[in-house]
Amino acid sequence: MADTEKIIEIQVLRYRPEQDKEPVLQSYKVPFTDDMSVLQGLQYIKDYLDGTVSFRWSCRMAICGSCGMMIDGKPKLSCKTFLREYYPQGLKVEALAHLPIERDLVVGVEDFVTKLESIKPYIIPKEKRTLEQGEYLQTPQQRDMYEQFSSCINCMLCYAACPQYGLNPSFTGPGVLALMHRYNADSRDGGQAERLNSLGHADEGFWGCTAVGYCSEVCPKGVDPANAINQNKMNSAINYFTRFVTPGEADK
Amino acid sequence: MKRSNEPIFWSLFGAGGMLAALIGPALVFITGIAVPLGFIFAADTMSYSHMLAFSHHWLGKIVVLAVIALFMWHAAHRIHILLHDFGVHAVTTVRVLCYGGAFVGTVIAAYTLLTLKP
Repeated sequence: MADTEKIIEIQVLRYRPEQDKEPVLQSYKVPFTDDMSVLQGLQYIKDYLDGTVSFRWSCRMAICGSCGMMIDGKPKLSCKTFLREYYPQGLKVEALAHLPIERDLVVGVEDFVTKLESIKPYIIPKEKRTLEQGEYLQTPQQRDMYEQFSSCINCMLCYAACPQYGLNPSFTGPGVLALMHRYNADSRDGGQAERLNSLGHADEGFWGCTAVGYCSEVCPKGVDPANAINQNKMNSAINYFTRFVTPGEADK
Repeated sequence: MKRSNEPIFWSLFGAGGMLAALIGPALVFITGIAVPLGFIFAADTMSYSHMLAFSHHWLGKIVVLAVIALFMWHAAHRIHILLHDFGVHAVTTVRVLCYGGAFVGTVIAAYTLLTLKP
């Protein structure tokens, strides 16, 4: 081993429903090298120190979106955050804020998944085409309208960052709203009116956002939910005032 | 889900913010620095008679009303959502105080401008 071995203290928020009344911190001393992520630190704990520590992970390379947690109070992917940044003072890892803890660092995702399903996160074709008519064509400019928003990996860091979601869980939240924009802004999609009228125009939709912008700061994939929401507020406001003079819009 | 009425307040907030960003600094410079120090503009540019004449012209009335009212609606909305984010959840009270204040201010400004004596 090229690096001399260093020891870092990791405090892990524990919650075992069968024995803990409320979450408690437990401290572990972990030997690490400069190339080790926080996730690898947790894996060391599970393999060598305490097999009862629970956390989600899968890909180790910021693609699956499973290993989000609060690291020293900030929502981060543990696979994309390095232990060396917290040496020598140590670090604290906790379950993602604003979400119910199932066990230790594992949070419940039901609310997020239900909301994600509710926006129909798939292309609803504008026009039905037969196989003979060929594929749906799109110019690079049309693709640019939604491409960054399609990078979302559903890691829910933005939900842990959003003070509005923390105060009022009926708010749809940054990630799902950015994904709604991703499909609405796709030139092949025809489901825009349906998505906006069922949710987008409501207080629970785009209007619940108070423009804090922390969601965009914590996103590990460079998605800008605050921008998606602001664009939609503008469109929703125009629609709010023009619906009475637009045929077929007045009763909505 | 029920359509939000937020666009009304958000539009006033947006218009006020745009106006504040575009002409706010220029107004501070002209009224607070340039005119009192007497450079670029004549020292009596903002004398009572000049300002009164400005407010008597219909275009002047629109400018004064827009600056006063939209700035207030912008501030009202900003204070409202800031208090919300900081955990003040007396929603109705905060809304009435913020938007009510801006509404009353707008009415007073409009009434004063429309009933201006020579």
